Amino acid sequence: MRQKQRDTTTQRGRIRITGFDAERVRNRNPISDWSETESDGGTSRMEYAWRRFKSNRLAMLSVGVMALMTVVAVFARPISVDVAGMSLTVQPFALTPYGPGEMFVGSPNAAPSVEHLMGTDWSGRDLFSRVLVGTRYSLSIGLIATVLALFVGIPLGSIAGYFGGWIDEAIMRLVDVLYAFPFLVLAIGIIAALGQGFWNLILALTITGWISYARLIRGEVLSVKENEYVLAAKALGATDRSIIFRHVIPNAMAPVIVQATLSIGTVVLSAAALGFLGLGLTPGTPEWGTMLSSTRDTIAQGYWWVSVFPGLAIVVFVLAINLMGDGINDALDPQGDTATKQRMQ
Amino acid sequence: MSLSRYIVKRILVSIPVLIGVTMVSFGLVQLIPGDPIEFILQFTNVSPEAEQRLYAKYNLDEPLWKQYLLWLQDVIVLDFGESIISGRDVAYEISTRLDHTIALGLFSWLIGLGVGIPTGIIAAVKRGTITDEVSRIAALLGIATPNFWLGLMLILVLSVNLGIFRAIPPDAPLFSVAKLKFLILPSVTIGTASASLIMRLVRSSMLQELNKEYVRMARAKGLSERTVIFKHVLRNSMIAVVTVAAIQIAFIINGSVVIEQVFSWPGLGRLLVRSISQRDFPIIQAGVLMTGVAIVIANLLADIVYSWLDPRIRY
Repeated sequence: MRQKQRDTTTQRGRIRITGFDAERVRNRNPISDWSETESDGGTSRMEYAWRRFKSNRLAMLSVGVMALMTVVAVFARPISVDVAGMSLTVQPFALTPYGPGEMFVGSPNAAPSVEHLMGTDWSGRDLFSRVLVGTRYSLSIGLIATVLALFVGIPLGSIAGYFGGWIDEAIMRLVDVLYAFPFLVLAIGIIAALGQGFWNLILALTITGWISYARLIRGEVLSVKENEYVLAAKALGATDRSIIFRHVIPNAMAPVIVQATLSIGTVVLSAAALGFLGLGLTPGTPEWGTMLSSTRDTIAQGYWWVSVFPGLAIVVFVLAINLMGDGINDALDPQGDTATKQRMQ
Repeated sequence: MSLSRYIVKRILVSIPVLIGVTMVSFGLVQLIPGDPIEFILQFTNVSPEAEQRLYAKYNLDEPLWKQYLLWLQDVIVLDFGESIISGRDVAYEISTRLDHTIALGLFSWLIGLGVGIPTGIIAAVKRGTITDEVSRIAALLGIATPNFWLGLMLILVLSVNLGIFRAIPPDAPLFSVAKLKFLILPSVTIGTASASLIMRLVRSSMLQELNKEYVRMARAKGLSERTVIFKHVLRNSMIAVVTVAAIQIAFIINGSVVIEQVFSWPGLGRLLVRSISQRDFPIIQAGVLMTGVAIVIANLLADIVYSWLDPRIRY
């Protein structure tokens, strides 16, 4: 894209320039020794944001926790890929002493001990291994559902904001309708209709997740499109698509990034709640919420560890990601509290 | 624009949303692979004529748009059909549980507002101090804790270990001392996250107000800090709270679906979750529709209160 712009041509946009020799401009001696690559243009906005983020100790700590959890997710169990009937081990390490589904590696409902750091559940599965492997589910569900929701919400929201009129009306009414349902009720309806499973869970989370991004970016686009550079781009004959994707969206992204980080936490909590209700992943999956789903009776029997540890894992995960989101928010938007209100929705 | 004209306009805007809500509720059942009759027929053998009668009974032989209109006609008079499992009227099944859910929701809502607003004010007034920092961390923890796990932990500590509360609801009428006492734990569970969110919002909207010119003016003319906060800042930041109070309703319905499960509270959420494992679609459909309509109405009321408090927003 860079290259294309630097080509000196008389055929750009609606403007036709006459009496202009492109060949001569390209071959002439430079007027000054200025070159595009050498200019550093001072400290960029992103660098300032990064500096502010670095000085926020709590946010840096949460980045550390998230990094650790990512490592745990990758190295919890070996990962192997089946290629053409052959099992290819991509990642051979195992941090967990036992497989998450291996039954009776210890006696059932054994209290935490040196062999089983977090004890075992009713079928003698090692809870420590299951909690570590659970990181994989929460991390992947949180990331995939948030990214998919962004892919739906950003284009729809910016189209609504940019074009206005009946397109805006149609998209925003759809958003209003979906907003009328509490997340869990709608997700329950979707899962009741489509059935359980990883991708159905992701679908339910995406359908309920994109609306907040659409609303947010629509509002941003409405204010960004009034800027003069958008008018300039229009005057130069840029297409609507390139104005939206090159000029409007990049300038409207800051609050969306904050919202997306914070909503990973919400998505993980929602997935856990669905898992707890027995509607998320199939029973027996070492996902944190699903692990908690039948522990109510074990509490009365005194096996507290079965329900304490998976829940603590959720709290640490969500707390870390929220602190990270708060840190990003403070770094990108040092004066205002603009994101606080959006976070409520 | 006068208030009454604003109200009329706002009601007109909610009508398409309400229609959309009915369409989504209707459409959810259409998403099921195969039709409901096929589903019922998996368990029973019926003759082809009886099957035809069944299709005609549920209007499934009509085109989709007509099915929708016929369904809408029934729903408007609260006729949701009958439960596939129990055979009882869906409206009856719901009405016997509605009071329990409303009681739980109301308690949680009061706890959320009652704890969230004062702590938010205190945190804003004492910003930068230890009080502010502690309440901020408490709020972050409250948001990050899954409500069902908090419920389990409360049962573990207060019911199983200390024996202060019962772990399952007593068999008594809703408005009896025993039952209301039992209601404390589930309400606190839902109210915690709710209070955390409200606290954060109140704090930030208070801080925004505190930076405004009129506050400096009020201080400059020698008003006591107490008067400044309560007479000026608080009144203006309460407007934001009204919107949150409405948003909280969706949040609390979410919470009660899960928490009713934790505490075996015989409410609507429990009915809904049970209906899924039994694939009792008329109940799911009615539940989805009712919560949707309830929230549209709550938002409508919030907007009206909002514009009554702050006439600037009616345009």
